Amino acid sequence: MASALDGVAAMRLAELKDPANVKQVPTRNGFGEGVVDAGKRNRNVIAICADLSESTRMLGFKEALPDQYIEIGVSEQLLVAMAAGLASAGKIPFIASYAMFNPGRSWEQVRTTMALNETNVKIAGAHAGVSVGPDGATHQAIEDIAIMRCIPHMTVVVPCDSIQTKKATLAVAEMTGPVYLRFGREKTPVVTTEETPFELGKAQIFREGRDVAIVVCGILVYNALIAAQTLAKHGIDCMVINNHTIKPMDEETIVAAAERCGAVVTVEEHQVFGGMGSRVAEILAQRRPAPVEFVGVHDQFGQSGDPAELIEHYGMGAVAIEAAVRRAIARK
Amino acid sequence: MPTLTPQRLTELKVHANRVREGIIRALLAAGSGHSAGPLDMADVFTVLYEHVLRHKPAEPEWDDRDRLLLSCGHIAPVRYSAMAYGGYFPVEELLTLRKFGTRLQGHPERVRLPAVETTSGPLGEGLAQGTGMALAAKMDGKSWRVYVVTSDAEHQCGLHWEAAMTAAKFKLDNLIAIVDRNFIQIDGSTEDVMPLEPFADKYRAFNWEVFECDGNDIAQVAETIEKAKAVKGKPSVIIAHTVPGKGVSYMEGDYTWHGKPPNKEQADQALRELEAERERILAHG
Repeated sequence: MASALDGVAAMRLAELKDPANVKQVPTRNGFGEGVVDAGKRNRNVIAICADLSESTRMLGFKEALPDQYIEIGVSEQLLVAMAAGLASAGKIPFIASYAMFNPGRSWEQVRTTMALNETNVKIAGAHAGVSVGPDGATHQAIEDIAIMRCIPHMTVVVPCDSIQTKKATLAVAEMTGPVYLRFGREKTPVVTTEETPFELGKAQIFREGRDVAIVVCGILVYNALIAAQTLAKHGIDCMVINNHTIKPMDEETIVAAAERCGAVVTVEEHQVFGGMGSRVAEILAQRRPAPVEFVGVHDQFGQSGDPAELIEHYGMGAVAIEAAVRRAIARK
Repeated sequence: MPTLTPQRLTELKVHANRVREGIIRALLAAGSGHSAGPLDMADVFTVLYEHVLRHKPAEPEWDDRDRLLLSCGHIAPVRYSAMAYGGYFPVEELLTLRKFGTRLQGHPERVRLPAVETTSGPLGEGLAQGTGMALAAKMDGKSWRVYVVTSDAEHQCGLHWEAAMTAAKFKLDNLIAIVDRNFIQIDGSTEDVMPLEPFADKYRAFNWEVFECDGNDIAQVAETIEKAKAVKGKPSVIIAHTVPGKGVSYMEGDYTWHGKPPNKEQADQALRELEAERERILAHG
């Protein structure tokens, strides 16, 4: 158990007590900053965009490093396959579009030209989840983790806030191999600090607890922390784990959490089928069986609406997480 | 590059004949695979490996090599045979085609066999990857070229045209596509299944330089590639008109040979025909 992280989380948690005043920044901003830094550190890092440079936050890269930037228009299958060609000639391409199209539209190219071909391409899947909001179901990728984590050689990362997204961007630029990095559109709470450590494949304990382990990824980490705070007032002591690397997943931290708490709640902005929670359940079924409740979208498509409204509607708000925790305790 | 002398032309014809022999032997050993396409592209692959490419068979991943991509991975036997006869690996390894543990997978895999450059088989992806490689070469000021061999039917894939548009945008004159225009695909004639004509006009409309040649005429293929290499400011395509199953009488022009191998008797006949043809070439050029 990583006790060093608890202090950092506790420090942030003090600031999170008043949700109205919590700092809110889109995770995509962290990607935009990270990819420019990565491009400056290594001139072989290139950015390829399919007509969404502003909204994926690649515009900064285009302006700062024009010689390393490639625009190819609305062609997401090409985005992947061409990047694979560039990577096999020594480049480290970051390819950005909405997660719904990249990797949603390009799955076979991802499998063949990136993964089977073992090329060093980094997919940046922007606008993931129902929190895209008003654009509606066509643009709300909630199946992407499932279709990426089943591909051999693929690393899948879902950072929790803008600061962590920047760190994750830099980390995946440094590693060799195909990566899917997922982030969102909306302003969401910043729950980490510049000092919070980040290591690919290492889950982070943001709150210690002994009754239920909430295993969460992405922008819902904040909701999980708020739910844990509320439950604490009612005598329920939740551990909160930021499980940012879906593949390869930190099995030891997951198993140890189940061992300690005896019940688990998984939380993700994704279908409950095949995503982060499914992987947690696979690990626990094999190594440490425990009751698991799944918070996520349950076999539905999204729709238009305000992001916060949609998160609530599809059962991923703090109150829904609290209810899932109580269900998990009841099953112990 | 010098024009082919009569003696060199004869050598290349014999080489292509050997490549065809390798294809037949590999397919017979494998018991599955594609026959018509590999046979019809034996002349193009011979010209590429023996006359055009800047490469080092003993050092397959030499940084400055020209990149040869096979987009239509199902005709892999012709590439494998041309590589074997070109010194990349022993000819007898061709008999491992499609067998467990082989480097010669049913569809090529870059990670298993260096210098095939891409993993291919799912159609329409080669030009996209070749476009990426050619652009990387331009970005880094490298002089190596990219050759992408494609089938005609894979021009029915949308991704191929995404790549065609992009290669023209970036003026990739270091990229040459060679189309195996044999008019056949699994379900029949390309023009019945999904018409591709006017084929050359499509590429012209995408701002490519277009060449056509007889893809089974070694001298023409070599000469046309030289012309394509001289083009500046845009990518080139060579529409190589080929006879499916070329070199084996009972396969020539028959689309049903697209996706099946010869049996023992058929293979023996094919090898006899190829041997007779080789003797004819040596006697008459």
